[in-house]
Amino acid sequence: MKKLIDIAAKRIFTVSGFTTSVVILLIIAFLFTEAVGLFNQPVVEDGYVLALNKQNDVKTLSALQIKDLFDEEITNWEEVGGKDMPVKVFRLEDLDKIYTEEQLGDEYQYAGDKIVEQIQDNPGMIAFVPTTLVEGRTEINMIKDNTIPVKDVLFGTEWFPTATPSPIFGILPLLSGTIWVSFFAILIALPFGLAVSIYLAEVANSKVRKALKPIIELLNGIPSVVYGFFGLAVIVPLLQRTFNLPVGESGLAGSIVLAIMALPTIITVAEDAMRSCPRTMREASLALGATQWQTIYKVVIPFSISGITSGVVLGIGRAIGETMAVLMVTGNAAVIPTSILEPLRTIPATIAAELGEAPAGGAHYQSLFLLGVILFFITLIINSCVEIVSARNKLKR
Amino acid sequence: MRNCIFLVVVLLCSFSGTSLAQRIKGSDTVLPLTQTLSEMFMNENPQATVTVTGGGSGVGISALLDGTTDIAMASRKIKFGEKMKMKQAGQNPCEVIVAYDALAIIVNPSNPVSKLTREQLEAIFRGKITNWKEVGGEDAKIIVYSRETSSGTYEFFKESVLHNKNYMSSVLSMPATGAIIQSVSQTRGAIGYVGLAYLNPMVKAIQVSYDQGKNYIAPSIEAALKKEYPVVRPLYYYYEKTNEAAVMPFINYTSSPEGQKKTLEMGFIPR
Repeated sequence: MKKLIDIAAKRIFTVSGFTTSVVILLIIAFLFTEAVGLFNQPVVEDGYVLALNKQNDVKTLSALQIKDLFDEEITNWEEVGGKDMPVKVFRLEDLDKIYTEEQLGDEYQYAGDKIVEQIQDNPGMIAFVPTTLVEGRTEINMIKDNTIPVKDVLFGTEWFPTATPSPIFGILPLLSGTIWVSFFAILIALPFGLAVSIYLAEVANSKVRKALKPIIELLNGIPSVVYGFFGLAVIVPLLQRTFNLPVGESGLAGSIVLAIMALPTIITVAEDAMRSCPRTMREASLALGATQWQTIYKVVIPFSISGITSGVVLGIGRAIGETMAVLMVTGNAAVIPTSILEPLRTIPATIAAELGEAPAGGAHYQSLFLLGVILFFITLIINSCVEIVSARNKLKR
Repeated sequence: MRNCIFLVVVLLCSFSGTSLAQRIKGSDTVLPLTQTLSEMFMNENPQATVTVTGGGSGVGISALLDGTTDIAMASRKIKFGEKMKMKQAGQNPCEVIVAYDALAIIVNPSNPVSKLTREQLEAIFRGKITNWKEVGGEDAKIIVYSRETSSGTYEFFKESVLHNKNYMSSVLSMPATGAIIQSVSQTRGAIGYVGLAYLNPMVKAIQVSYDQGKNYIAPSIEAALKKEYPVVRPLYYYYEKTNEAAVMPFINYTSSPEGQKKTLEMGFIPR
């Protein structure tokens, strides 16, 4: 009987271990397949085409050029390598302003003809219309459409995911925003976290420790939205006054909120690691005449360094993946930050804010999955760094 | 026992089929209004069941096209492309305006600027004007607040004020209307936009001119009711012509005196 239970338990553990691993791998595979789909999407919105007059000899346009054309930033075809004539923008929505319902037919069967007519009448016109309406028309030129280039996404500096006709998915501002905020968060959290954990583990008497530790652990239980509100109502105006900034929502506000959120993790893990340093080692050090401070930084910290690093990494992990609090205090401006006192936008905040309305399967949706993949790689790199560091420390000892 | 449960399920299904069941789906802007009105409607007509879900104007209209909803809520007019798709599928979408929603452009109360033209607003939100002194204010940087791209308000503002051009990339996007008000109230050089219902004394509403500065109109429910205030959008219900008989009781209810009163209470402008 006992043997049977033994075997059953073994089986159950094996199965649960395998299913968990398989599920994790499936999630990653799903993330990747969705993300890679972005590079198969056309530059111009799916199902639409950009049509030009026959006289216009422009053949291809990049996403940025298309955006500037439709924003009326580019007003002459000369600027994109065409003839010297003014640009006139035409959207499908303009059609029922020019023609009456009768002219377009009951089922809009004449819409295609009318569009072609418009394009022929205006030599400088660029029209953004559904492919089905103008398919096979030889009286007009179509812009040759490519798939979204990898280079434009990975090194693009502009993020306009809902721009029509051609959305722009440059992830550089978001990536740099995430790294910038997390870096400063750790810079703030690390000294404070270490100081508090050393105090709790080595200096404080047991009464103080018993009172302080639950309070610090309580910080972990506060929902991140609450931190966000606190940041928006307290930290943002405070920063604005102190640094005399035109705008208080900035990377620094995000870093401070993240630092506060990462502190309890760093403190608890680091303190546990330091307290696991054997009493005998401490006594040996003191017996040799070392002071308490010398004991701490020559004996206790080197002994518990791998525990401290894992605490720090858990803290960084929290900072990089944090969404809600950052969404509320960093201002979410998709520009590459040049100082920490500027508004910036992070990857998790972007995903949280935009996934709700992005149509499933579309380019915008897939670009958000790509951001997820990039976030995944950032944490993967950080985790492997820690593995390497702690492995080296073990070798030394 | 199993048979018994089966019977109950069948009975329930047939009941819900015979009563006034309707599904409403679409814009998140219209969602709270529809939800409140449908609750009032169901209280008065116990046999009716109305299920209301959000998801956005585009989602609602494509659900109407698929026949998975009876009424589509939309915070924008049906797009020409969508209408074309429906007509080609032999459908005939009908349009009803439920209410109007006005957007107020707000600045910090300490800002001396109190009126702007549409052209100036476009330049500010597109990053062509970056200092308040260019529009008659003090020498301070303009901080532009906007909603997230997923918001219907974002799209409406883009269409009405920016004439479909893109916002500048350094605009600060906030996740909620409340956050915009909070930020504008504590940032001296700030400008943003919110629904009329959210206006409060913490921020100052700007008078807007859509005729190159001839008439400036302050946002208010009265001005919007008189159609003087320009930044107003109609909120629509769309339904299929053949389905008219089933959806009319509820649509009529929204324009009844109680419905209109509730609409006004919720900060929308009744039609």
